[in-house]
Amino acid sequence: MAEAALAQRPAVSGKTVLSVKGLQAWYNESHILHGIDLDVREGEVVTLLGRNGAGKTTTLKAIMGIVRKRLGSVVFDGKELIGLSIDRIARHGVAFCPEERAIFASLSVKENLFLPPPISKVGAMSVEHIFALFPNLRERLSSGGGKLSGGEQQMLAIARILRTGARFLMLDEPTEGLAPVIIQQIGRTIAELKREGFTILLVEQNFRFASTLADRFFLMEDGRIIDAFANTELEGRMDRLHEALGV
Amino acid sequence: MGPVVNIFGHMISMPELFGQLLIGLINGSFYALLSLGLAVIFGMLTIVNFAHGAFYMMGAFAAYFLLQYTGLNYWFALLLAPLIVGAIGAIVERLFLKRLAGFDPLYSLLLTFGLALIIQGLFQNFYGASGMPYAIPKQLTGAYNLGFMFLPVYRGWVIVASVVVCFATWLIIERTKLGAYLRAATENPTMVRAFGINVPRMVTLTYGFGVALAAFAGVLAAPINQVRPGMGADILVVVFAVVVIGGMGSILGSIVTGFVLGVVEGLTKVFYPEASNTVVFVIMAIVLLVRPTGLFGRAA
Repeated sequence: MAEAALAQRPAVSGKTVLSVKGLQAWYNESHILHGIDLDVREGEVVTLLGRNGAGKTTTLKAIMGIVRKRLGSVVFDGKELIGLSIDRIARHGVAFCPEERAIFASLSVKENLFLPPPISKVGAMSVEHIFALFPNLRERLSSGGGKLSGGEQQMLAIARILRTGARFLMLDEPTEGLAPVIIQQIGRTIAELKREGFTILLVEQNFRFASTLADRFFLMEDGRIIDAFANTELEGRMDRLHEALGV
Repeated sequence: MGPVVNIFGHMISMPELFGQLLIGLINGSFYALLSLGLAVIFGMLTIVNFAHGAFYMMGAFAAYFLLQYTGLNYWFALLLAPLIVGAIGAIVERLFLKRLAGFDPLYSLLLTFGLALIIQGLFQNFYGASGMPYAIPKQLTGAYNLGFMFLPVYRGWVIVASVVVCFATWLIIERTKLGAYLRAATENPTMVRAFGINVPRMVTLTYGFGVALAAFAGVLAAPINQVRPGMGADILVVVFAVVVIGGMGSILGSIVTGFVLGVVEGLTKVFYPEASNTVVFVIMAIVLLVRPTGLFGRAA
């Protein structure tokens, strides 16, 4: 498969884009993250693996500032993000595509697509390019956001953050609940984004899907990182992963 | 008596019928402007703004003060009063309402209710309960002879101004980028922030804008009613009924319902005057029974 070949290409030995150290986070009184350390280098696809409730989504939300109560350090592109508001973090170039996709039902597809304001002139994807990646969206531009199928919603949710000039994308379970043919399309898109130099932090339950795309993996359990390894080390870890993920 | 028409067995003179229709449209103009402001605020902040009547009254007073102390006439007041009162609204949001975000909407309802009482009490203390006159601007005095009735120019102006401002607001919210931000933030404020938009600032400005609409209505009302501390409290009760009938938070619903109910009220005065003060509330009760989300409201 083309994606697999691509992922096994050595990771771009670029600079570290995101460096998370000792990140702790709370939802109200419950302590969810107990000190996360991870890093993402420029041009990489890094995947967080783990069972439900391991803290993968919370990690993304804590980086984005959506989870307010957090401690530790999140340095993105040389800037400390802890203490910044969600919108400031977004304007620094962190783009987030949530698990629930968050397509606005009261907005048309076109309004949804053009909603996020550009944060950088450099690196923004042109609308034509976006339609080349997601041809279905062009035909549905005037539809209401609430009228899309799950797959179309996911494509719109990814498309919408490509236009802004953000080069670091956090995608939370982009294949969840989608048909295999759509999952393949999402996979091809992520591979294409990687080829174009986007840096991607992916949360994925679908281990087989992630293994074709990611350069490196972090395995989470109970709000901690319990293992980190490169795609090339995957084979040797299969047993442990099956046990840890229960697949 | 002018020409007489027979409607449902009632013999009514044309001038009387059109006179009441006109009064209905005028009242509807105020209902529409005020319920629109309430809808904008409720949609974005989920705040039931009981201080809306007080801001309406402050708009009228601002016009009065501007004329009295600075000599600035009606036309300046039409622009400046909404800006001044809207800015006060924005400060109220920043100082008080912001702290209640995330709490049960009941808290902000009680807060704005209390604020309204304080503001009205202060004005009453300094200016008494009776009103102060505010003259119709000289460009808008006189009346048009429409053949079947006389239309006072100022009344016609109120209707036109209200329709234009309501339509412009609807256009901004439904057809512009700014409006898309507002609608999106109404649905999912966190996600809109995650796109880099400063939603808290937008919330403050939205509240200020809703308040400015009330103040604009207050300036329009100043030459018709007198400028009176109690003017807001009187109209607000009906306006809340209008909002409930139209559906909380529905922009178009609040505009259409405002005008329609004004007219219904006017017509009731013609056909069954005894019910003219209660007809809006009867309709509200029926709508609540049949369609609890309001005529234009979407189910939550």
